[in-house]
Amino acid sequence: MIEGDPISRVLYIDLTRRRSWVEEQPELFKERLGGTGAAIELLHKECPPSVNPLGPENPIIFAVGQLNGVFPIASKMVAMFKSPLTGNLGESHGGGRSAVALRMAGYGALVIKGRSETPIYLSVHMDEVSFKDASVLWGMGSSATGRVIREREPKPGIRTIMRIGQAGERMVSYACVVTETYRHFGRLGLGAVFGSKKLKALVISGRRSFKFKDPRQYRVLYDEVFNALVTSPLMKKYHELGTSMNILPLNEMRALPTQNLAKSDFECADGISGETFAERYLGRRVACAHCPVSCIHIAAFRIPYETEPYFYKTKMISYDYELIYSLGAMLGVGTCEGILKLIEEVETLGLDAMSTGVSLAWATEMQQRGLITERETAGLKLQWGDYGVYLNAVKNIVGQPTEFYTALARGVDYASSKYGGEEFALAFGGNEMPGYHTGPAAYVGYLVGARHSHLDGAGYSVDEKFAKAGKHPTPEGVAEALIAEEKWRQILSSLVVCYFGRGVYTPEIVARAYNLLGYQLSCEDLVKIGAEILRSKYNFKCREGFDFGKLRIPTRIFKSPTPLGPVTEEFIRESIKHFKTILESAPEG
Amino acid sequence: MLILKANRLVVVDYDLCVGCQCCMFACTRRFAEAGLSRSTIHIKSAGGFERGFVVTVCKACSEPPCMKVCPTDALVFRKPGGVTLIPSKCIMCKNCVDACTVGAVFWDEEVNKPAICVYCGYCVGYCAYGVIKLQPVGEGEDRR
Ligand code: SF4
Ligand code: SF4
Ligand code: SF4
Repeated sequence: MIEGDPISRVLYIDLTRRRSWVEEQPELFKERLGGTGAAIELLHKECPPSVNPLGPENPIIFAVGQLNGVFPIASKMVAMFKSPLTGNLGESHGGGRSAVALRMAGYGALVIKGRSETPIYLSVHMDEVSFKDASVLWGMGSSATGRVIREREPKPGIRTIMRIGQAGERMVSYACVVTETYRHFGRLGLGAVFGSKKLKALVISGRRSFKFKDPRQYRVLYDEVFNALVTSPLMKKYHELGTSMNILPLNEMRALPTQNLAKSDFECADGISGETFAERYLGRRVACAHCPVSCIHIAAFRIPYETEPYFYKTKMISYDYELIYSLGAMLGVGTCEGILKLIEEVETLGLDAMSTGVSLAWATEMQQRGLITERETAGLKLQWGDYGVYLNAVKNIVGQPTEFYTALARGVDYASSKYGGEEFALAFGGNEMPGYHTGPAAYVGYLVGARHSHLDGAGYSVDEKFAKAGKHPTPEGVAEALIAEEKWRQILSSLVVCYFGRGVYTPEIVARAYNLLGYQLSCEDLVKIGAEILRSKYNFKCREGFDFGKLRIPTRIFKSPTPLGPVTEEFIRESIKHFKTILESAPEG
Repeated sequence: MLILKANRLVVVDYDLCVGCQCCMFACTRRFAEAGLSRSTIHIKSAGGFERGFVVTVCKACSEPPCMKVCPTDALVFRKPGGVTLIPSKCIMCKNCVDACTVGAVFWDEEVNKPAICVYCGYCVGYCAYGVIKLQPVGEGEDRR
């Protein structure tokens, strides 16, 4: 650790007693680097077994790593908690200014415990922690909350404002936390955990710095990384079209889940492609703090007032591949306009867009098959492409006018266990699927992944590699590829580097960065630490009831062929078995 | 030394700014540190990311208000515009912070002294979007 680096300081906040204190934990950050590595150990320590995820005992852990604020694109913060959606490990990564703010405030991690009696928001400005009344903010949307706090709190530019919308307050199992309007701790229900603690928002700021022993070498390595980021063609793509560049190629490959995966290509793909969004609507690009890539794409969307001619409001709405997939293709919505309206509603309420889209896609099919009626949907006739109806349905997930919506607010896994239609309820390990119907590796990844995201072991890219090489994957091959990638991703998410920069942060670069920071770590050491972190995550998952042998696989995924041909249940189960075997045979850490 | 050249930083086009703050990190790194405490360029949103960004840099004034209010002459005029800080003379009163019209005198929390732009232009090399550039004092003003 470099002199004066506050990374080992852990800030504890007890909402019940309104108390805060700092503990120095240098060993934790030495052995587990930071980020994911530190967070999982803190979670083991702070979360008692079998607690109710929405009870006061469930802690919220935020952690950053040693590279945050030090090297570019180390712009993410890790959140860990027990997930109200899956009942086991909740891990979610967010960007914006959150990571840099926590690091510059002088902490490596933040642990929030207990539950407040009345709505509050927390502000942490370096060493000053305050508990502030948020009664008046309760019930407000995520953007309005941000606006109020922005005016009220100091340190514009170097602060993060994390907040929840009504979905979090009402503890929808897949409510998210919005940070800086356009970034999210999206998956697995961190917003609901905030809501259960009556925690409306969290503001963090700081403006620290620390010295390097060898500033010259620091600048040399910094420049190497920075230049690679700025000149890499992959980064150029992220900057120009953003992740929505994926719509057309995935559609072409027939890997774009459409209409609840009844199809894997969408006849309206052209109308909602990254190219179309950029040409017609792109209004601005923004970046997370300390990232030159700037992949965040914001549409300028002009909405005419119905009662006033030539009078418009211009909404700035951020879009990404996953949102276009889940609120577009999955619901059969084939226009940018429809998707933007849905995104805005989801953002205001503070829902995870992927879970919302997949839940509504399942509900649509349920209604079309006559398994539910308009009584369940509160009079709505859900229909592919009808975004006006979906807008109301999204509101109902939060408002919960019927028992059906209350069930839907707990995700499709739960809702389908009550209402049927499990074979087309597209949740994996309890979490609604991401937008890649690329082959078996994607699905194995969703099922076993520690944070149930396509970004876990990058199954989609494993599939793609097999497809490109014209090879047929084996169950063993898939498991091995996923584990290898997963181990390394634990390191990247402990630093905490944005996965979009993974091509630049090779083991060699990471080891060099660590040496500059005063740690003697070889590439092999890093991979070993990655394996240990991964095991620790599965220990937590299994402790909380995750079982490799009991995963529900919706049979719908076997019906549409993938670019690698049809996926079979035997293959997936076999591959999961191998995954477990490799994981358990990893040397003890 | 670069400091003696009478350059200053100007904002070419605010609308190009993506808010990445790489310039802010560059500024502190120029002083051999990682972080933000020494930074004298500041990027904040114009009231939410959706409205774009405000870029605050020292204007290298010909009659610097910060210098005028300094009780100890810790800020010295630099020809033909801008100021240089003599840290040993500073008594940490923060008058200069309040006096700067554009808010470009920052506070270095680590050493508890003002952070004053040294007009080196190091940050320019880390702005991938051409938002800022270095130019001689007096050559044109920000018009946007
Ligand atoms: S690449 Fe995009 S998501 Fe990743 S840190 Fe940069 S701006 Fe944020
Ligand atoms: S803070 Fe220091 S430099 Fe600024 S006005 Fe006071 S004495 Fe002068
Ligand atoms: S580096 Fe350029 S684009 Fe990034 S915040 Fe600074 S001025 Fe804006």
